[in-house]
Amino acid sequence: MSIEEHPGRTETRHDVRVTVNGVPRTATVPARRLLSDFLRHDLALTGTHVGCEHGVCGACTVLVDGRPIRSCLQFAVMHDGAEITTVEGCTRPDGELGPVQRAFRDCHGLQCGFCTPGFVTTITAYLDEHPRPSATEAREAISGNLCRCTGYQSIVDSVLRAAEIRSDQGDGRGETPQ
Amino acid sequence: MTTRTVGEPIARREDPRLLTGQGRYLDDIGHDALAAAFVRSPHAHARIVDVDVTDALDVDGLVAIYTHEDLPGRVGEPLPVLIPHAALTEPRTPYALARDEVNHVGEAVVMVVATGRDVAEDVCERIRVEYDFLPPVVGIESSRDAAALVHDDVPGNVSAHLVQEVGDARAAVDAAPHVVELDLEIERSASTPLEGKGVHARWDADDRSLRVYTSTQASTSVRAAVAAKLELPPDRVEVIAPDVGGGFGVKIVHPWPEEVLVPWAAIRLGREVKWTEDRREHFVSAAHERGQLQHVRAGFDDDGRVLGLDVTFWHDNGAYTPYGIIVPIVTSTQLLGPYKPGAYRVEFSSLYTNTVTVTPYRGAGRPQGCFAMERTMDAIAAELGLDRTVVRERNFIQPDEMPYDHGLTFQDGRPLIYDSGDFPATLAKLRKLVGWDEFETYRDQARAQGRRVGIGIGCYVEGTGVGPYEGGFVKVETDGTVVVATGLTTQGQGHQTVFAQVVADELGVGVDRVAVTTGDTRRFGYAVGTFASRAAVMSGNAVALAARRVREKALRVAGEALEADPRDLEIVDGEVRVKGTPGATIPLTTVAVLSNPLRYAFDAETERATQFASPGDPDQPPVADDDEPGLQGTDYYSPPRSTFANGMHAAIVETDPETAEISILRYCVVHDCGTLLNPRLVEGQIHGGVAQGVGGALYERMVYDDAGQLVNASFMDFLMPYATEVPAIEIDHLQTPSPLNPLGVKGAGEAGVIPVSAVLAAAIEDAEGIRVTRMPMSPSELHHLRERSTNEEGPRR
Amino acid sequence: MKPSAFAYHRPGTVDEAVATLAGVGDDGKVLAGGQSLVPMLNMRLAAPAHLVDVNRVDGLDEVRVVDDGAGASVRVGAAARHTDVEHDAEVAAVLPLLRQALEHVAHPTIRNRGTTVGSLVHADPAAELNAVLALLGGSVTLRSTTGSRVVNASELVTGPMQTCLRPDELATEAAFPVPQGHTGTAWTEVSRRAGDYAVCGVGVLVTVDDELRVRSARAAYVSMGPVPEVLDLTEPVAGIAAGGARPDEWAAAGRLATARLEPDDDIHATAAYRGHLAGVLTARAARAAAERAVARAGDTTGAST
Ligand SMILES: Cc1cc2nc3c(=O)[nH]c(=O)nc-3n(C[C@H](O)[C@H](O)[C@H](O)COP(=O)(O)OP(=O)(O)OC[C@H]3O[C@@H](n4cnc5c(N)ncnc54)[C@H](O)[C@@H]3O)c2cc1C
Ligand code: FES
Ligand code: FES
Repeated sequence: MSIEEHPGRTETRHDVRVTVNGVPRTATVPARRLLSDFLRHDLALTGTHVGCEHGVCGACTVLVDGRPIRSCLQFAVMHDGAEITTVEGCTRPDGELGPVQRAFRDCHGLQCGFCTPGFVTTITAYLDEHPRPSATEAREAISGNLCRCTGYQSIVDSVLRAAEIRSDQGDGRGETPQ
Repeated sequence: MTTRTVGEPIARREDPRLLTGQGRYLDDIGHDALAAAFVRSPHAHARIVDVDVTDALDVDGLVAIYTHEDLPGRVGEPLPVLIPHAALTEPRTPYALARDEVNHVGEAVVMVVATGRDVAEDVCERIRVEYDFLPPVVGIESSRDAAALVHDDVPGNVSAHLVQEVGDARAAVDAAPHVVELDLEIERSASTPLEGKGVHARWDADDRSLRVYTSTQASTSVRAAVAAKLELPPDRVEVIAPDVGGGFGVKIVHPWPEEVLVPWAAIRLGREVKWTEDRREHFVSAAHERGQLQHVRAGFDDDGRVLGLDVTFWHDNGAYTPYGIIVPIVTSTQLLGPYKPGAYRVEFSSLYTNTVTVTPYRGAGRPQGCFAMERTMDAIAAELGLDRTVVRERNFIQPDEMPYDHGLTFQDGRPLIYDSGDFPATLAKLRKLVGWDEFETYRDQARAQGRRVGIGIGCYVEGTGVGPYEGGFVKVETDGTVVVATGLTTQGQGHQTVFAQVVADELGVGVDRVAVTTGDTRRFGYAVGTFASRAAVMSGNAVALAARRVREKALRVAGEALEADPRDLEIVDGEVRVKGTPGATIPLTTVAVLSNPLRYAFDAETERATQFASPGDPDQPPVADDDEPGLQGTDYYSPPRSTFANGMHAAIVETDPETAEISILRYCVVHDCGTLLNPRLVEGQIHGGVAQGVGGALYERMVYDDAGQLVNASFMDFLMPYATEVPAIEIDHLQTPSPLNPLGVKGAGEAGVIPVSAVLAAAIEDAEGIRVTRMPMSPSELHHLRERSTNEEGPRR
Repeated sequence: MKPSAFAYHRPGTVDEAVATLAGVGDDGKVLAGGQSLVPMLNMRLAAPAHLVDVNRVDGLDEVRVVDDGAGASVRVGAAARHTDVEHDAEVAAVLPLLRQALEHVAHPTIRNRGTTVGSLVHADPAAELNAVLALLGGSVTLRSTTGSRVVNASELVTGPMQTCLRPDELATEAAFPVPQGHTGTAWTEVSRRAGDYAVCGVGVLVTVDDELRVRSARAAYVSMGPVPEVLDLTEPVAGIAAGGARPDEWAAAGRLATARLEPDDDIHATAAYRGHLAGVLTARAARAAAERAVARAGDTTGAST
């Protein structure tokens, strides 16, 4: 890629290699491809949702190298080589619901399900760092994600329940995705 | 016994799929489709002079550019007025692409199709549209003044004017010992589902058929509308609502321009085309609601009984009226809530403005009506120095007055008759739940700590389950799977679970055997849609009735096989058995096999139904004259009129004496939606509704400047509450079953949102000692309210 | 909502980065955390032809406490995330104000990606960090192919979202000086929703003398003008007992703030309300800062400060 090249007419494409949910994936995309669109449309991992594309709703939250970030505010090229976890990767290794997903089911933590992937990824990372949150902490943990359906109460319950499930399983960390 | 599941808080069947990223929402479909994007008007009111596409033509990946001129036949005509009404004398609807004039920022002017959405937006950016400006009409007051007109040919900007009156309300007010008069205002908000709209269309040129996926609340009606517009036979058009990421009303409107244009382009281009609405588009080209100015006069006696109630209000309907005047009609009728004023007069004008169209948003006019009524109740209590709950109680319709006829016409064109409800009992429960009687003690304690707290209450009645009908289809497959279909759609309410619960109980099978499909015209072609808290009532009862047909047939067929009277049979755990006779059983799977006499076998089960294996009575036809093959049934539920749910909310708020920040300390709900099919899901609906109510009361508003620009068209500035802004919600239920339907259910979908603005206004008023007449309320506004009241009355306390 | 096309550059060193910036001229933009830039690109409010991704530039992701004789300071490299600064124990110990303010910057997920230096050079009038830098008299180091310069907070920001950076300059590091003496700090703000940009925010730095009386007090504000406003509050509070002052003694500092600041209206708040808030929050923050100064003075009694 050279700096003389004028973008626009014939857009340069970049090979982007990532490891998503433990699986190496590659696609060739223009630099402007958002990480969210890359996951959804180039890799067909449509679990990651897009609710605003300006960083506020959190539906697009994925874990990059273990940290939750807004995938709508990143270009895929920036993450060449990264380890990414999406909601599809928050299951147990055998494909059964992971602890956070189970908790959402137990507590009716979702209605339309559109915001859910962003909550599941955010909470998964949060519980790695804070295995035993109080109800207030649980509410703060999800305070960067919008949900228009649930009024959040059942999501707060889901955070607490997920912490319980993880601790019942002894080593909660063993359940977290790679 | 098979355990009954109706009434149980069972976990949802749809969840595992949605939780693992396996849901299929609109934008998850058709990765290879061409993408559509729109050039939308940047002006609130203008004439289109010229569209110049020269600069756009050499963009790589451009497929097509369309303007109104390109739209043939009915595609180029205005979109339909979905719900005509005699009072709606000046209905106006937009063209799918603006023809000569644009009437709000965001109105679609040019459609672009390209290989990807990014490229389509590149093209849009290069298209130059020349406009001649017209004066914009923004806000109810300037519309009412009518110094400028939205539509040249609509005098006074009035689309509709309606008066309803029972008794001589004005005379009653004038003659009453006491009168209060209030000017009230509610600002705009919007449904704002987390998933915007979207349409995907595929034309099969060989089959001459069209498949449309759309993120809608009304797939059957979209099919009818698309078929009509594109002049296709309806049975060549399939419309499917995939998983829908929330609706709350905005997706009941149809056809949206894009629902016509995307299929039209797909046919014309012979390619799959998809449009996914982005957030900014949703703000400026979907729909808003709520904006009203109200004037209330109430006359009452020394006890606080309302003798006459005279309400006039002005409703902002935005630039067009595709959904008719449902919202102001609902306001005008549901305003009455649980009360019975001596006489009632209501008059409204629905007004055009150069802003986004107004169509129902969860609550659909009820929050405004409730605000007017509850503010009035509080004003009466204040005037007489009475407890606010006492005044309400004295005005309640009593349980022994049910059914209660208000003498008005409701939004379904039917008389407004409440079927059931026990308002005093609901209030008693709420007072207990929130600790109404102990509040003054609490207030004193708080005051001693320099804190300012207040309590508010609000009551509502909600007409739910409006007609005309819904249908249900139930079929038992030979492997024991029970397939259920209904035409209305799902946006998170858990229909795949509740309808499965209903059918499982009727048929005596496990809930996990029942698979429900909604919103797919291939599975069920007749339906109305999901709105007005009607799904559980309408489709719930329809699938129950269909399941009863299937049950009846199953018992008949099993009776023949077991040589028993069907009346002696029961279905338990998927087996038909003779009551009290162990061993005399036949599995439902076998009954399903026997219900469909076969010539050809393809597995061991079906072999049993072939003609030599099961010869039957040689003198009878294998399928009787009045019968049909298969263990299946279809039925419809069509109630004479709506059923009325009710509820009451109370909140305790704290206002910061210095910063004027408002926090909700407690929020309590008592709710009666008849029989609870699944309490957990009902509570979820209430939580969500209250959260939207809190948004509308304290955070959300659509801020238009004088030029008609929506200045906060993003999630950054349109303040939907996060978890940190929504209080924990305490709920208690009352269950007075509706006498109008077999399940005894009333709708629950919208209830949570209805009284929230009224309740929080009352609580803030109580904390501050200053009358609150306008919502939403921000800290900045509360600060100024305090300043004004200090200036007018001198310092408080 | 998709961005316009651009050419993507990912330099590996500062030299490469500034050479790239020099090459693309006015048509280029630095891409750091993307938390402010990408929303603007997505909405097509900006469409630079070149983006220079500095996330993998060697040596830019450090957060350090340095003491170079002129006094200690916290140095934050251009690729360091808000989260890295917020959770750095050493930083929290020497300069608690950074964490106090960072907790109010958006939500943790945004902080995981957004950079502290990016926030400073983005110069949003509502950005907490610009006020912190201004309050502490900090600076930012700018590099280009022609050399490097250090600009003070007061020179850096020239208007709302405007800075003195030339298009060919890369901000490589920010320096937040650790204040001398017995000091305490506090950050207070009112925002519409938790995590939103503040309607009014104030950071206060109070220095106390050995008798635990207020020696000096300074405040910096966000959302109260086009650039971070810094006010010296010393006059109305000088000499009062930092630990035990009555609320009305601090209110004098608040009145000064209300009188001096000239905020604007916007859709979330009127100018008058903002002015009122500045008074309330200044008094609250000053009091909290003074109490902390007293506590820290107690902790460090005998030790050199
Ligand atoms: C939902 C949301 C809420 C937010 N709330 C807040 C808040 O409350 N308070 C707050 O302060 N911020 C808030 N932010 C912004 C956030 O703090 C950003 O991280 C910060 O403003 C920019 O940092 P960045 O690294 O993401 O920069 P980018 O977005 O990458 O860049 C921002 C600008 O700075 C330039 N730039 C960045 N780094 C350099 C450099 N090293 N040299 C030269 N130029 C550079 C870029 O060219 C661009 O113009 C919020 C953001 C979001 C999305
Ligand atoms: S889509 Fe990324 S934050 Fe909303
Ligand atoms: S479940 Fe619908 S937005 Fe959260």
